[in-house]
Amino acid sequence: MSVVNQPTPKPLRQSPTRRLATAVEPYLYGAPVVILVATVMLVPLVIGMTYAFRDITLLNPFSGGFVGLANFRKLAHDADFWLALKNTVFWTAASVFFQFVLGLILALLLNRPFAGRGIAQALVFLPWAVPTFLSGLDWAWLFNPVVGPIPHWLVALGLMSQPENILSDPNLAMWGPIVANVWWGIPFFAITMLAALQSIPRDIYEAASIDGAGAFERFRAITVPFLAPTIAIAILLRTVWIANFADLIVVMTNGGPADRTQIVASYIFTTAFRRLDFGYASAIAMVLLGLLMIYSLLIVILRQTLLARF
Amino acid sequence: MAEIDIRHVRKSFQNLEILKAVDLSIRTGEFIVLVGPSGCGKSTLLRMIAGLEEVTAGDIVIDGKRINDLAPRDRNLAMVFQSYALYPHMTVAGNMSYSLRLRKFAQDRIAAAIGEASRVLGLTALMERRPRALSGGQRQRVAMGRAIVREPQAFLWDEPLSNLDARLREQMRAEIKKLHRRLGTTSIYVTHDQIEAMTLADRIVAMDAGTIQQIGTPADLYDRPANLFVAGFIGSPAMNFLHARMASETPTRSALILADGPRMTVPETLGLQAGQAVIVGIRPEHIVVGDAAPRQTGVAGKTGTGAGEAIVDLVEPTGMGAIVHFRLDTVVHKAYHLGRADWKAGDHITVHFPTERLHFFGATDGRRLN
Amino acid sequence: MAMSRKRILGTLAHRAAVLLYIVVALFPLYWLLKVSVTPTRLLYSEGVRMWPSKTTWAHYAFVLQNSDFPQFFENSLIVSLSTAAVVTLLAAAAGYAISRFEFRGKIWLIGFLLVTQMFPLVMLIAPIFKILSSIGLTNSLAGLILVYSAFNVPFAVFLMQSFFDAIPRDLEEAAMIDGASRFMAFRQIIVPLTLPGMAATLGFVFTAAWSELLFALMLISKSDISTFPVGLLSFVSKFGVDFGQMMAAGVLALVPAVLFFLLIQRFLVQGLMAGAVKG
Repeated sequence: MSVVNQPTPKPLRQSPTRRLATAVEPYLYGAPVVILVATVMLVPLVIGMTYAFRDITLLNPFSGGFVGLANFRKLAHDADFWLALKNTVFWTAASVFFQFVLGLILALLLNRPFAGRGIAQALVFLPWAVPTFLSGLDWAWLFNPVVGPIPHWLVALGLMSQPENILSDPNLAMWGPIVANVWWGIPFFAITMLAALQSIPRDIYEAASIDGAGAFERFRAITVPFLAPTIAIAILLRTVWIANFADLIVVMTNGGPADRTQIVASYIFTTAFRRLDFGYASAIAMVLLGLLMIYSLLIVILRQTLLARF
Repeated sequence: MAEIDIRHVRKSFQNLEILKAVDLSIRTGEFIVLVGPSGCGKSTLLRMIAGLEEVTAGDIVIDGKRINDLAPRDRNLAMVFQSYALYPHMTVAGNMSYSLRLRKFAQDRIAAAIGEASRVLGLTALMERRPRALSGGQRQRVAMGRAIVREPQAFLWDEPLSNLDARLREQMRAEIKKLHRRLGTTSIYVTHDQIEAMTLADRIVAMDAGTIQQIGTPADLYDRPANLFVAGFIGSPAMNFLHARMASETPTRSALILADGPRMTVPETLGLQAGQAVIVGIRPEHIVVGDAAPRQTGVAGKTGTGAGEAIVDLVEPTGMGAIVHFRLDTVVHKAYHLGRADWKAGDHITVHFPTERLHFFGATDGRRLN
Repeated sequence: MAMSRKRILGTLAHRAAVLLYIVVALFPLYWLLKVSVTPTRLLYSEGVRMWPSKTTWAHYAFVLQNSDFPQFFENSLIVSLSTAAVVTLLAAAAGYAISRFEFRGKIWLIGFLLVTQMFPLVMLIAPIFKILSSIGLTNSLAGLILVYSAFNVPFAVFLMQSFFDAIPRDLEEAAMIDGASRFMAFRQIIVPLTLPGMAATLGFVFTAAWSELLFALMLISKSDISTFPVGLLSFVSKFGVDFGQMMAAGVLALVPAVLFFLLIQRFLVQGLMAGAVKG
């Protein structure tokens, strides 16, 4: 077979410069990302930390001087901040709890094959695609007795004496953003759990049922231990994320009524955006960052000890 | 077509030495098979020849030219991968012509080349299909076609048959052999399957733990394995080994004492001191089993001379014959018995080890003695 | 048979539960749609009816003809598409490096990107505003694109890496032996095979940029360069009673996000496992 003549190869000798080029190649590919992220996130982060020790108010030409720990001292006595911190814990705990429980149930439902599963999956995950500001507005409207059905349903169920907007009730207002957040966030947990569920080998379940394990026993002895690491990671990340997630609150209640829905993240935003007090906003942000880091560390330690035990 | 010289080639990752000073000369048109267990370094050596791995030390020379620092594309070699590595987004024709298109060949020459290759490999009807629409054997053929259209200096085969089922493997093995006979291109073939090595190779390179254990024709490796590793690796079922000690030696004969007591005399000189340990090997197919065992010279059983008695442990019929597992003293050995084997576990049989079929290895270094 | 009746009941309960989830997931969107086509005069009299006795496109017509929403829509589209394109390109390069090269800085690169995923973005609002205003990038779509790109690129890198990881190395090696340089192998073999993955990354980033509110609020104060979320929010605070129009605008904001969701739906599981951090 000699249809093709030998092509004349143009040898590319691997000179030292070429070797160097090979060595720097991956850095070249990674450099744009690193430069972008460093300049837009890391540099501002460091600068923001210096703001915390300065008096920086936009539109005030005399501000900018270093004030030491004044911002933090003010923070310690700021009742709004402590209320926001309390609200943050409630907001985060309730949101994560319901997102997780309902997401896990959804994942278990979807892990079972049935006709139309693909369509069902696309539909139940749809809220995740809804822009957050829009889901906030949408739920605000649903809670509004003028155009929304929810107050009327609550009256019909006897849970409310007359149709009112729970977003304007200081005692209930926080549930508005929480419901919106749960609705919007269930798919995240469901998808994560579903992926983990699908990575459990089928034959382990088959072996267990042959060994005589019932449905509940299989769930307890196989599903839960297999899911545990994913659950731990997902809850950790989600908690940090939700604690920082101010969009829904800014859109639905703007912290009101009477600051009863103000969380730390939305408080930072309000301080920076409305009062233009960047120094104080940065001080709050640093405290929030510190708290979240402590929380993450605790979770990681807890996870390590649990893993070591089992 | 090319001569390939591997000169003192080493490979290490961090502190791990994967290849230790390998030397190998491959003649033009030769079919060389690198065989060994996984992790022995055979694939690494092949990938170094291909240019996919850096050479830590030593030279790889093709036709007198050192190619260590050439990029893979400048080496003019073709490789067939275990996974076939067919481009999923290209048709069969696209896969086969890719290298020629990269080299900017004229359309008509490309068409002629892939036309010829597809005819040889029986792929003509499949040229417009995508790889995912092909069976395993067809994919294998396309991978071969992609290699041959280039008329490379040499073919490199990286375990090309291990993803196929047994029947197809047998068939493709024969096709590869025919293809080589027809093209005569220098080939280096990596496999862990000693049957593939035996059937395909002009010369086999048996490797273990990063070093070459033996280079030779299939018959060499089968008849005169250079050491215990090669003896145990080539042949299936594997060679049986018996521990023994040297008793005495004359210029023409050696007397050995087997671990379980009996003596035997063999017409070989092993060059050992009395008392030194020796390992005696015999291939299962050379052991004569059953009533057919002539009570002549040889060794087995408690008697020490002639045929001995053994107890059947297990019989595995293969159709053509049977693998008889039998217990000599406490150690289980295997014999390949042609024809029917109607023994059951616990039966007493006679086994006979013809002395001219015995292999002797040093117990400490594993080297062949006779 | 008791056993099979139990099984049928179980199946029924399962389907009912799935149905309940679907209803809850879709109801708020349905309501948005419903109010947007309800004539204003019927809105109050038929407040909680599931479907109005008459429907109208008037709200859409108003929003499209008499409001700034087409402008907002265009701004958002420019910002989101540019961000998605920039991020996908950069993330493809970095993801390829992480997937295919062994290099000393790799672990640091991964660690760096992971850490940036962890800290609260709200911390950056004040300093980013200061920095961008000093170089004239506030009130500019380019400023938003820059910020959004940086926020989304770490996640996209991991996503792209997972797509590259799914392509066997053998293919590139085969191409290089066939005579391709590394770059040619990347362009001719890897890129065509990762196109679906790139589309998914594009979709993720687009959706994220389309939804972003707080930085847009902070960095943009002029109406003619507002993005959709900012425009909708100011519309709500200005004309808080025109529910029909607001919801028509809301439906318009929903459309691109849902389209991109359908595009990436298939990759959701893989994507979230790759990043496992992004909302």
